[in-house]
Parts: sequence; structure tokens; C-alpha cells
Amino acid sequence: MRYMMLIHHDEEALAAAPRKELYADYAAFNEALAKAGKGMSAGERLQPASAATTVRQHADGAEVLDGPYADTREQLAGYFLIDVADLDEAIAWARRCPSSRYGAIEIRPLADAYPRPDPRLRKADD
Amino acid sequence: MTEAAATAARAAERAARESYGRLLAFLAARTRDVAGAEDALAEAFAAALASWPVDGVPDNPSAWLLTVARRRQTDHLRRGRTRRSALDHLRLVAEELEAAASDPVAIPDRRLALMFACAHPGMPGDMRAPLILQTILGLTAVEIAAAFLIPPATMSQRLVRAKARIRDAGIPFRIPDRSELASRLDAVLGAIYAAYSRSWNEIGTAGASSLALEAIWLSRLVVSLLPKEPEAKGLLALMLHAEARKPARRDPSGAFVPLDRQDTALWNLPLFEEAEAILREANASGPTGRYQIEAAIQSAHTIGRLAGETNWQAIVALYDHLAAITGSPVVILNRAVALANIAGPAAALKAVAAMRDDTRMKSYQPYWAALAHLNAETGHIAEAHEAMTIAIGLSSDPAVAQYLRNRLDALPGSGC
Repeated sequence: MRYMMLIHHDEEALAAAPRKELYADYAAFNEALAKAGKGMSAGERLQPASAATTVRQHADGAEVLDGPYADTREQLAGYFLIDVADLDEAIAWARRCPSSRYGAIEIRPLADAYPRPDPRLRKADD
Repeated sequence: MTEAAATAARAAERAARESYGRLLAFLAARTRDVAGAEDALAEAFAAALASWPVDGVPDNPSAWLLTVARRRQTDHLRRGRTRRSALDHLRLVAEELEAAASDPVAIPDRRLALMFACAHPGMPGDMRAPLILQTILGLTAVEIAAAFLIPPATMSQRLVRAKARIRDAGIPFRIPDRSELASRLDAVLGAIYAAYSRSWNEIGTAGASSLALEAIWLSRLVVSLLPKEPEAKGLLALMLHAEARKPARRDPSGAFVPLDRQDTALWNLPLFEEAEAILREANASGPTGRYQIEAAIQSAHTIGRLAGETNWQAIVALYDHLAAITGSPVVILNRAVALANIAGPAAALKAVAAMRDDTRMKSYQPYWAALAHLNAETGHIAEAHEAMTIAIGLSSDPAVAQYLRNRLDALPGSGC
């Protein structure tokens, strides 16, 4: 199964983290991810939530707000992608990710790439 | 109903009770789609009721049901009624051909793997027990809802969501590795114990006593599938100990009878003997966990009553072990109550009163009952009165509430 691993950082905890060590850990982690095979990718790192802008479109026009989508202590900070057999393997990758020490990793299964045909529409060619 | 139809119905019913969980686990493990497997199995049972009265009951009803259910599962995939890729479909068809060529009688037992899926850490804690009861035992949402005091429609919806979660989140059907087995097994045992505890607390309801038997059945199943795990045996011993004393928990009028006044002649001694033997096996085979200690405490209580003298020192020592493992305030409370028998009610009251600031105790009925009892013993009548009143208010079992009301009326100065 394919999962997107969403990294949520506690930015305060991260700020206090030893930079050099964290970068070294991340280099090792990305290396391991790349070696683990097809469908695994290191993803991207995001700027801090303070740089975020949120748009919500209403009937009477779009509302543009400075700041992140949700005002929470832990913010979306990046992601990586994996392709593994099941949730247990995904959990193992989440534990390996250095960011799990400074926040949380949300494991989200990817939906099917193509919408499946509606069975009611298939009656005709059955 | 004709004779043939009645025979067929009985055979289908027997097959259902004996092999429902086994068949479902096998079907679900191959697609990871529990709801789809349930549908396929239900269709197979319906087909059995239609065909067995005419064609006769097959030699191996389970194998017959499995063959039909598998075909239905594959049909559903082919019609695109489940969200599976063509690859899955091909894999299942290949499996089908392989199975047809091999022994159709042997159905691999995947029930343990199914239980681990139901009690996966990615599954909401309060749905683990209901899901195990439904998938392994085939209980309906209505039956489970009654046992857990939840509206049937709500329970049904939560079960549907939990099953979808197994499929969508990719929860595996697998017995965990050694490194994770202990903690993951704990969740399975916890779910079974939750089912048993429900029956213990809701003794008055009709669904409750059968739920206790189902929980014990599940526990025996886990022991038989994981014979080397001492905690699985510890849990079974614990439940058998409790079950052995159950007939004496109520007097003929339905009133609550505390352990120290129970008529030991009503106890189920063969069950007690079995609990003791299982506990000995558990203790002999490895590290001691919480269920073994809890079973040992139950054992000490029962033996104490039978011998006419309870070893309270040993019970307090066991609670100390348990508190070290769990850190649970419930354990600390029970230890304090046991301590009253050695160090006197004043010392026990001091220990219980020390938990006053623990917010978990505020709505925990046994805390208030113990506080009331110990205050009464030490002559703090006003405090006893207040705690007893709160304990009555928190009782969900009418028999226990009545027992406490009687104690309240018996306090000096009551009714003035």
C-alpha cells in the first residue's frame, strides 16, 4: 500500500534540537528510504507555519488569511512517500523518521489513483 | 419446516457456531476486507439453507461453506463491488485453483491474526472488544450493543467504520514478531478482559452472562493458539477464578453478597481447580505479568475463604507487585483496602484518603465505597455518610446500590 507520511513538527521543540545531529540523522534516513526501493521518496521540507497563507472561497468571494490552516502547536512541516505491505511497516518507517522525536508523523493511505467506475453505470455493457 | 429442512438448519447452525470465526478469519485475511468477507459468508450460509435440505448436508459443512463463500468473494471482486485492483483479483483466482487442487478439508486457522488486526494500536481502544466479539464469535451488532450499553444503531455504525478502517488503513492480519508480541498481545487480552468485565459489572442484564462465557471461550482460544504466552494463561485463570465464585455473588432474592459473606458451597470448585492449574502453568513458564498477579490475588481470596483464614500479607505483597507494573490508582485503592486487614482501618483510611486529589477517583464507585466503609469503621460517621451517598449515586448495578443503601441506613445516627 502507498502511504503519504505527513510530518507535523512542534516548532518549539524543533528549535531546541541539536541542528547538526538532526541533519545527519535526516541524511541517513533519506538514504535508507532511497535504498528501500521503488515507491519510496524523501518528499519535501516546508517553511515554518509562520510563512503560511490560507485561502477559503466563499460564495461572496475568497477570504485570504495570513497564517496556517489550523492554529495548533504542531504544524505540517513536510512529507515523504512510502510503498509498503501494510500499516505495521508504515509505522516502522514513521518511527525511523528523525522528526518523530520532535512532533508527530501522520500516516495517510493514498486513495486509488483512478476513480473506480460506478457499478450502476456498467450495467449497459454487462 | 420439513424434516430435511430442520436437519439442514441444525447443521448450518452447528457449522456457524463451531467455525464462524475460523471461516471469517480465513476469508478476511485473503482480502483484508472484513465486511466483504462477512457478506460472502452470510451468502454462503443462505445458500446452505437453500441447498442442504434438497441435496443433503455435506460431509464437511465448513469446507462447503468456505468454497461457496470464496466463490462469492471472487465474484464480488470481478463485479468491482469492492475496491480492489485487477491484480488482487488474479491473485485470488490463482489461490482458488491452488486450493481446489489441495486438501479442501484443512482450513488454516487465521483467527489469531484476525484478533491482532482487531486489537491493532491503530484501532480505537473502545472498538477492539466489540470487533473481536463480532468477527470471531459472529455476535450481531444488536447483541454487542446490549452488552456495552450503546444504542444498536450507534454500535452498528461504529463496527462498520472499524472494519473499513482495517481495509483502508492497511492494518495487517499477522501475528506480531517476538519483539512486539508482548505489547500487542496485551491489547488482545485487554479487549477480551473488557468484554468479561462488562459482564461482571452488568450482572443483572440478560446479555451479560453469555458475554462472560464468550470472553472465556475467546481466552481459551488464545491460550490454545499461543500456548507459550504466560499472560494469556494468566488472563484465563483470572476469569475462571471470578467465574467460579459468580454463583454466590447474589443471594436468592438477587441482593449483592460481598466476598467475605459468600456461601462457599455455591462456588464452582471444578472451575476453581482449573483456574489454579492454569495459573501454575503460567507461573512456571515465564515472566509474571499483571493478569497472573491479579489471578494470584483472586486465588488467595478464594483459598482464604475455603481455609477459613486469608493471607492478607501475601495479598498486599501481590498488590505491591501489581502497582509497580501498572501504576494504576485502582490497584493502589485495592491495596489499601487489603491493608485494613493487617494494619487496621485507620491506616487503610489514610492510604485511601491520600488519593483524594486523583481526578480519576471522583467518579470511581469502588473508591467512594471503600472510603465510606473505612470511615464507618473508624467512627467518622459524617464522612462515611457522605461517601456512602456518593457511592450509591455512582452504582450502575441496582443490587450493589441496594446493599450500600442498607449499609447507609445501618450507620449510627442515620435517619435523624
